[in-house]
Amino acid sequence: MTVKSYDRWDHLDALEAEAIFIFREVAAEREKPVLLFSGGKDSIVLLRLAEKAFRPARFPFPVMHVDTGHNFDEVVAFRDARMRELNERLIVASVQKSIDDGRVSEDTGPRASRNRLQTTTLLDAIQEHGFDACFGGARRDEERARAKERIFSFRDDFGQWDPKNQRPELWSLYNGRVKKGEHLRVFPISNWTEMDVYQYIKREGLEIPSIYFAHEREVFARDGMIYAVTPFITRASDEKPFRETVRFRTVGDATCTGAVRSTARTIDEIIDEVSASRVTERGATRADDRFSEAAMEDRKREGYF
Amino acid sequence: MNGHSAMSMLRFSTAGSVDDGKSTLIGRLLFDAKGIFEDQLAHVEEASRRRGFDRTELALLTDGLRAEREQGITIDVAYRYFATPKRKFIIADTPGHVQYTRNMVTGASTADVALVLVDARNGVVEQSRRHATLSTMLGIPELVVCVNKMDLVGWSRERFDEIVAEFSALAKKIGARGVRYVPISALHGDNVVQKSDKSPWYDGPALLEWLETVDVASRAATGPARFAVQWVIRPQSDSFHDYRAYAGQIASGTFAVGDEITVLPAGITTTITHIDLHTTAIERASAPLSVAIRLKHDVDISRGDLFVPTASPTQVGNELRARLCWMAQKTLTPRSTWALKHTTRWAKAIVTGLESKLDVATLDAVHEPPSFTLNDLGTITLKTSVPLAFDSYADNRTTGSFILVDEATNATVAAGMIEP
Repeated sequence: MTVKSYDRWDHLDALEAEAIFIFREVAAEREKPVLLFSGGKDSIVLLRLAEKAFRPARFPFPVMHVDTGHNFDEVVAFRDARMRELNERLIVASVQKSIDDGRVSEDTGPRASRNRLQTTTLLDAIQEHGFDACFGGARRDEERARAKERIFSFRDDFGQWDPKNQRPELWSLYNGRVKKGEHLRVFPISNWTEMDVYQYIKREGLEIPSIYFAHEREVFARDGMIYAVTPFITRASDEKPFRETVRFRTVGDATCTGAVRSTARTIDEIIDEVSASRVTERGATRADDRFSEAAMEDRKREGYF
Repeated sequence: MNGHSAMSMLRFSTAGSVDDGKSTLIGRLLFDAKGIFEDQLAHVEEASRRRGFDRTELALLTDGLRAEREQGITIDVAYRYFATPKRKFIIADTPGHVQYTRNMVTGASTADVALVLVDARNGVVEQSRRHATLSTMLGIPELVVCVNKMDLVGWSRERFDEIVAEFSALAKKIGARGVRYVPISALHGDNVVQKSDKSPWYDGPALLEWLETVDVASRAATGPARFAVQWVIRPQSDSFHDYRAYAGQIASGTFAVGDEITVLPAGITTTITHIDLHTTAIERASAPLSVAIRLKHDVDISRGDLFVPTASPTQVGNELRARLCWMAQKTLTPRSTWALKHTTRWAKAIVTGLESKLDVATLDAVHEPPSFTLNDLGTITLKTSVPLAFDSYADNRTTGSFILVDEATNATVAAGMIEP
């Protein structure tokens, strides 16, 4: 154990304290919370914050991964290793199973993605397990609709978000009350930026999946973005693969997550790169936000993360 | 922005109508501090073109909801982030329209600084009046009046002084102290990030310069220590057989190992033996840290209990007098009952009296109104089902605040601030 005195705090201490407070409020006020884990940097930070909130006891909730079946191998390997290390319970909700059960039907063609199908799998799992609060790693700086969302965000019986009728959220007096069948989405790192997340990863010495660091891989270009060549994406005949040194700024479904050209091989180099970047992480790498001016708002209304 | 250095954090709220240049001001701060990115800007430019505007409408940057873009108004708070080498900033950009007061209060409740925009041509209008009143009522420590569009009044010192006089009269009436005034042109950037040579008569700092240096963080850290128990950590494992810690966030002041504390409302006195934060043992911890506290004696403590220094306790009781912001369609009447959340404790509350409500237009009090309706501000008395350990809101924003919740719908219907 290290011994410290905290007479001064910096922005990371303040953000951490707020997030820990949020975790504990939900644990105290809801019967069956769950932590949604994607394997990405934001949910890796959530796991560390949950440790800070509840250790030396175990988490008072399980961890759930909504698995599209179209993941990067490195991310699944990372997930399993991290869960073993934490000795916490992992639930895997499978989009493949939703497809096999006929709950959703899969798009075909070169633009097919399972990203949107995750909503059904997630809502089904929430219902099956009776979860009444889901921790998510969404941040308000990511996207315009998210910038508007409460930290404790209410979902009705259909899992829907009503952005025009959000509960007032005053001070840190979070209202965690829901009726049976309704649930909350709770975002402990709402006020963190991409930079805060990397600085925290550095400060805490957290491991992140290798695809966040620059590496050489086979890619192809589409709509001004670079995608990894994977068995899950069908390339058009003019989408020729080539080798490039890249890294990923977000880790989502492989079919809609683009890479950026980068030489950042350490966390410090990533921080330098993010400092100099003139494009947001979702703008640079997420095809799923490009459908319309309100793509995220529409998906969130339906119950997306 | 330097990503490596330790920074402090400041939360500020903005309000005013789009016409006051609020979005332009936020856009200016974000641009100059690199809080806006090329893809976001491209998106706003594209959306502005599609709507047939002849200039880039920066309001589209913060008005993130479909309904807001369709109607051209701000409905709900948007949070925006930027950082300078000195500070991380969180902007709560709040709506100015009266029907969205609840959303303005949401954004303002956590702010350290409130920026009120006034159009130099129009002076203090209804929306700036409402925002200033709410900000003062919410106890935001610093109020800054940005007198905007100074370029359109020829940087007239006389016009600026008139507005200062007009606002000072309002500030006096609502009890706002330490108000600052900055003459700016958000459009041209004068006195926003850097001092302008157009206002040689203004001897204060540029807005951002002041935001970077104003000291608000230390306020919560001083004053009597307060810590509400959120959660009890009991591992029930062999290696931590007897471990029992009380988890929570320090609301104010400092706690140290060895301090004698009293647990309220029960009044039990004991001593702090450990302060834990994950694997770190802490000797002294100040607000706003979230920690876990272990005590010398095995006493009955649960969620909602408050730790205070034995020498400086809070008041304890079940009768409160409070200022209230009513935020529901349903009316508030005497004898109505609600769920009340104060720190980490839920109780039932019955309204014992409606003392007065405020006419925001005249700032006069209406005594003993029959009810409160949506967006009314006023003073009430209530009684709670269990005793609460509380301070006045003026002394402590955490132990002095509460919310009321409708037990039928679970909607949050009121923000309450306890009066001394």
